[in-house]
Amino acid sequence: MASVLRFRKLCFLEPAKCSSYDEKIKKTDKKQLFETHKIDGKNYESANVSLLEEKPNKQHQRRPPKEWKCIDSCCWTIGLLCTLWWLLLFVYHCLPANLPGLQPPEPPGARLKRSGVTALHPVVMVPGIVTGGLELWEGRPCSDGLFRQRLWGGSFTEIFKRPMCWLEHLSLDNETGLDPPGIRVRAVPGLVAADYFAPGYFVWAILIENLARIGYEGKNMYMAAYDWRLSFQNTETRDQTLSRLKSKIELMYATNGYKKVVVVPHSMGVLYFLHFMKWVEAPPPMGGGGGPGWCAKHIKSIMNIGPAFLGVPKAVGNILSAESKDVAFIRAMAPGLLDSEILGLQTLEHVMRVSRTWDSIISLVPKGGETIWGNLDWSPEDHACDSATHRQFDMKGNDTDGRRGFQVHESTKYGRIVSFGKPASEVHSSEFPSLRSQKKGSLHNATPPVASCGKVWTEYDDLSRETISKVFENKAYTAGTLLDLLRTIAPKMMRRAEAHFSHGIADDLDDPKYNDYKYWSNPLETKLPEAPDMEIYCLYGVGIPTERSYVYKESPPGRCKSIPLQIDSSADGNKNGCLKGGVYFVDGDESVPVLSAGFMCAKGWRGKTRFNPSGIATYVREYKHKAPANLLEGRGLESGAHVDIMGNVALIEDILRVVAGASSVELGGDKIYSDIMKMSEKINVRL
Amino acid sequence: MAIMRRRKGGGGKRSENPEHQSDENKEKKGKESEENSKSGSANLNVNLNLNLHSGSVAKKSRKKWSCVDGCCWFIGCICSMWWFLLFLYNAMPPSFPQYVTEAITGPLPDPPGVKLAKDGLKAKHPVVFVPGIVTGGLELWEGHACAEGLFRKRLWGGTFGEVYKRPLCWVEHMSLDNETGLDPPGIKIRPVSGLVAADYFAPGYFVWAVLIANLARIGYEDKNMYMAAYDWRLSFQNTEVRDQTLSRIKSNIELMVATSGGKKVVVVPHSMGVLYFLHFMKWVEAPKPMGGGGGPNWCAEHIKAVMNIGGPFLGVPKAVSGLFSAEAKDIAIARAIAPGVLDRDVFGFQTLQHVMRMTRTWDSTMSMIPKGGDTIWGGLDWSPEEGHACSSKKNSNDQIAGYNRTEDLANSGGVKYGRIISFGKDVADLRSSDIGSVDFRGAFKGNNLANITCRDVWTEYHDMGIGGIKAVADYKVYTAGSILDLLHFVAPKMMKRGGAHFSYGIADDLSDKKYEHFKYWSNPLETTLPNAPDMEIFSMYGVGIPTERAYVYKFSPAAECFIPFQIDTSVDGADDNHCLQGGVYSVDGDETVPVLSAGFMSAKGWRGKTRFNPSGIRTFLREYNHAPPTTLLEGRGTQSGAHVDIMGNFALIEDIIRVAAGATGEEIGGDKVHSDIFKWSERIKLRL
Repeated sequence: MASVLRFRKLCFLEPAKCSSYDEKIKKTDKKQLFETHKIDGKNYESANVSLLEEKPNKQHQRRPPKEWKCIDSCCWTIGLLCTLWWLLLFVYHCLPANLPGLQPPEPPGARLKRSGVTALHPVVMVPGIVTGGLELWEGRPCSDGLFRQRLWGGSFTEIFKRPMCWLEHLSLDNETGLDPPGIRVRAVPGLVAADYFAPGYFVWAILIENLARIGYEGKNMYMAAYDWRLSFQNTETRDQTLSRLKSKIELMYATNGYKKVVVVPHSMGVLYFLHFMKWVEAPPPMGGGGGPGWCAKHIKSIMNIGPAFLGVPKAVGNILSAESKDVAFIRAMAPGLLDSEILGLQTLEHVMRVSRTWDSIISLVPKGGETIWGNLDWSPEDHACDSATHRQFDMKGNDTDGRRGFQVHESTKYGRIVSFGKPASEVHSSEFPSLRSQKKGSLHNATPPVASCGKVWTEYDDLSRETISKVFENKAYTAGTLLDLLRTIAPKMMRRAEAHFSHGIADDLDDPKYNDYKYWSNPLETKLPEAPDMEIYCLYGVGIPTERSYVYKESPPGRCKSIPLQIDSSADGNKNGCLKGGVYFVDGDESVPVLSAGFMCAKGWRGKTRFNPSGIATYVREYKHKAPANLLEGRGLESGAHVDIMGNVALIEDILRVVAGASSVELGGDKIYSDIMKMSEKINVRL
Repeated sequence: MAIMRRRKGGGGKRSENPEHQSDENKEKKGKESEENSKSGSANLNVNLNLNLHSGSVAKKSRKKWSCVDGCCWFIGCICSMWWFLLFLYNAMPPSFPQYVTEAITGPLPDPPGVKLAKDGLKAKHPVVFVPGIVTGGLELWEGHACAEGLFRKRLWGGTFGEVYKRPLCWVEHMSLDNETGLDPPGIKIRPVSGLVAADYFAPGYFVWAVLIANLARIGYEDKNMYMAAYDWRLSFQNTEVRDQTLSRIKSNIELMVATSGGKKVVVVPHSMGVLYFLHFMKWVEAPKPMGGGGGPNWCAEHIKAVMNIGGPFLGVPKAVSGLFSAEAKDIAIARAIAPGVLDRDVFGFQTLQHVMRMTRTWDSTMSMIPKGGDTIWGGLDWSPEEGHACSSKKNSNDQIAGYNRTEDLANSGGVKYGRIISFGKDVADLRSSDIGSVDFRGAFKGNNLANITCRDVWTEYHDMGIGGIKAVADYKVYTAGSILDLLHFVAPKMMKRGGAHFSYGIADDLSDKKYEHFKYWSNPLETTLPNAPDMEIFSMYGVGIPTERAYVYKFSPAAECFIPFQIDTSVDGADDNHCLQGGVYSVDGDETVPVLSAGFMSAKGWRGKTRFNPSGIRTFLREYNHAPPTTLLEGRGTQSGAHVDIMGNFALIEDIIRVAAGATGEEIGGDKVHSDIFKWSERIKLRL
């Protein structure tokens, strides 16, 4: 019976099909049917009546169903979805703030407050590259209505709305490295400059919140926002940012009971602050005229987060071909997507054109040449990419036992930061000439570039094919020869930027030429200020594969391409876990290799050296990366990644303790997981 | 919900088909049954049944369609339309609205910034903005549990979303401590810093944004503009004590002067910011620890001009009614239109009481109590504005004023503005000798009025008792001088706190040592201007809008938890007298600040070398006649003279830009006066 009823229910919806079905039922189950018949018999009469009545009515009733069309159901669905959404939103808002089970872990600030840690030293935060917001103050007509809106940071909606306009406004002048005429894009001031990079993507926000919990507020925190596109000295020339920072530090020092400030720079901000320390003590007009004791008087300690002291290899990839690991991966997965010119996008070309006008990128090119980064056959990192340190490699690293790890570090030549072709990255340097002749043949086949492609300006257009082929011939570039490579392929940019940055190692630091500001952001060409009571911390994450060197290839020929080079994403190390998608990895925080972040604190400045004449104490604090366990944790409380580390509980706790007056001893001195000490040992820098 | 949707969706979509199908079926089945009539009625019955049922289902679904579906459909429709319009709006070229406006109203004038940039004006002097009361944003840095998730969110300014979501929590956080006038324990509310602090008060409601945008057109940017945001709830000296705001301003001005090649700054304070900056100028030259230790020439070295916009130099009468009964004209009107809404405690709102409790903890409101007493604001039978005729048309003002002057002042029936508060209309009009006032000062307080339920809403009225309230009403009339006594009587705690920070008198001897105390610094009648002969002071304000000047009060209807006094909205002037409306006497002004308060110092008090201005700083009066926006498209108007809307007044912006680009007061045209301010100033007998 029940089954019949169910069938009939179905039949209401699909009458045509079911009539035959019912016949079957009739045959198989007469008795049941009889009962149904009986029941329905009653309905039959009334139905008969209603059938008769219904007929005249039909003309009326047919109309409303007819209106019920596709649009109506669309509207209906949308309405329902909206209503449901609002309902859920309402319920969500009505929820008590602390659902049991969803209780977030107690922030370190709250915990430390209970143990009596309170605000003491004013805090200065120096954001890194890219993380600071930029806003428009004057623009071309296409940027109408964007006055004082963020062009960089925030929701980036303008990229989609008017991409060309956006690119035009973010570019700087080719020659001067300053504003193009008629455009003024300025750094957003205040804590909002870099608390969140995009909505929901924190940079400094967590740290600020925790500082606030122990009593910090606007008057004793300062975000030293600067236009990160400019070279460091140009921020002073154009915006007087360094003077502003000096005045702010002096003010905070005076208004907070003459307590020295704790400076917390991040990423490129580390170099910026290094520049500042030299600038502030240098005499005007080039410097700030603070006198030789300024740093000693005003700064308690510098807590460098993810410092890029000696540069990052990523910057090289960026300059050469506007790509790094992520872009190379995209290219490997969806070949042609980025290179397609069907839509006229030429994404990478545009990115390259814009980013090449930014001088600041040059500050991140590896410094110290072969002494630091290794030469063709040698590198300080004797690093095994085994699964113990690199979770990411687990899937393919099952067979990577200890022995193989040993093999790996024998063969990986990190010193060759850029090599053309995978073979060139592996063979011994003495074998190079043979490879050279091979490659030459293939180059001759390359078609010359099409003339009409010059819409997007990159300096590659100005280079003849011969120059480029010469570049290829050289096969491998170390940190030393890399600069020559960059000078060859981006002459204008390097000419502009080399007036502001230097990448060498000083022989004699007392040489008067080192008074020029271009040396101030290179820790290997400057002395730290005379401030024996100051402390310098290097805080960075470890345990994430970090780009260290690249395998390049020629872009597919015969296309309208203005970037002739691209990372060879097909080059994977078969037995070699360190090479993946054309990129060699070492230990680091995903952007900065351990070597760059830790060397100065571990060796270059440790004790009284010629770079650190007053013997400022240095400490290395490493934070082991632990990926967030579940989605609820967001970007993780124990992350070691370059930006995510700003939410690392251990790091925040260290900072809070120091700003509240703790000494390094209370903190625990060095905390090292990586091989930084061993690596540093191998580097022969005269100290 | 999902099940319902599926069923309705299915039913709805099919409601068309079964009809047709069933019809066809019926015909088919009919034929079949004729042909196969032998096959028994069972088959037919079943089939018919089926058809009938499907028909009835279709009918049912049609019935259900009526309500819920209709709603859904409607909402869906609206949402889709909305999105569509939003899409259109976003796809619209940004110049479109302007195009439409120009099509309707004719070509708009260039914004002053664009116009002056074409004339070749360039950014020269750094500009400092000093926002007024209420317009600056405040954000939360530490709060109680109820303010969870609001860290660094704006509590004041912005959308005010929290006022509706958690009103009591909001009031609790916005209040200051009763005793100290500083943060209550566990709560930290701090001013928003930077230009964003006061560019827009609420989304779309500009304060400084128009001026900033126009300055940017001639080359200003973040480095040479500075918004001196401060916590406007605190007394001026307390902003330094708690946040070191004054030191911050000093350091920023010094920095801007240094980085712009020694160019002095142009300061543009607005509303209460005018008093704040007055305080700053004294503070910065005073020796530490009370002052900033800038030395006696700091102002001369760093400040080119102070361009006061709508400055309540001598206070505003509005502040009195705000403190006395938490209401002003707007609230009084709201009360008249919908009596009982505000006073209802059925819902437990007690809106006004909460507002009063909150505002009475804000010391800064006391900085705007009328200063100078009867000398400035008039006595029982005299006031400087006497003879001012309130007609809606500005043009006729002068004629009528001239006519009135010929009459005997005492008999003219002229408005007695001097009586800032009077109880009952008859009292407001009587001669002073006819008022039988009973002194309230010694009146017995006690007889606790409040029952326990009212306790949570703290206003000092509860401590006054019926006797006290009666005494206040019996005194009948209060002038600017006796108002202070009144406030001391009804709000002793508040006035005690405020008395340490503000003073309202007129100095007899300015060289008296006592005037070195910071409580006199924001009163222009008790301080000397700094020694800076090259500085210029501009008083820029709107005229032509009726502005509150005096009030007629009455007892509230007897109720337990209420503020016992309120403005008597039933009192209107006679036909010939438009000055009294809804219990409020109005004079000329910018809707908040009467002309007298905004203009007197520049018109007379500081003009030339006076004892208040020993170095002879030049002063200029710039009045802007109010012209309301002609169409809705103009928004808040480009010729407005209203207290806040004047910040979008093109003429005012042009004046500021010219001065910032280097012009002097004479170059922009010296005085520009529309009101009777000079005549009124004449009547004020103040030793200079």
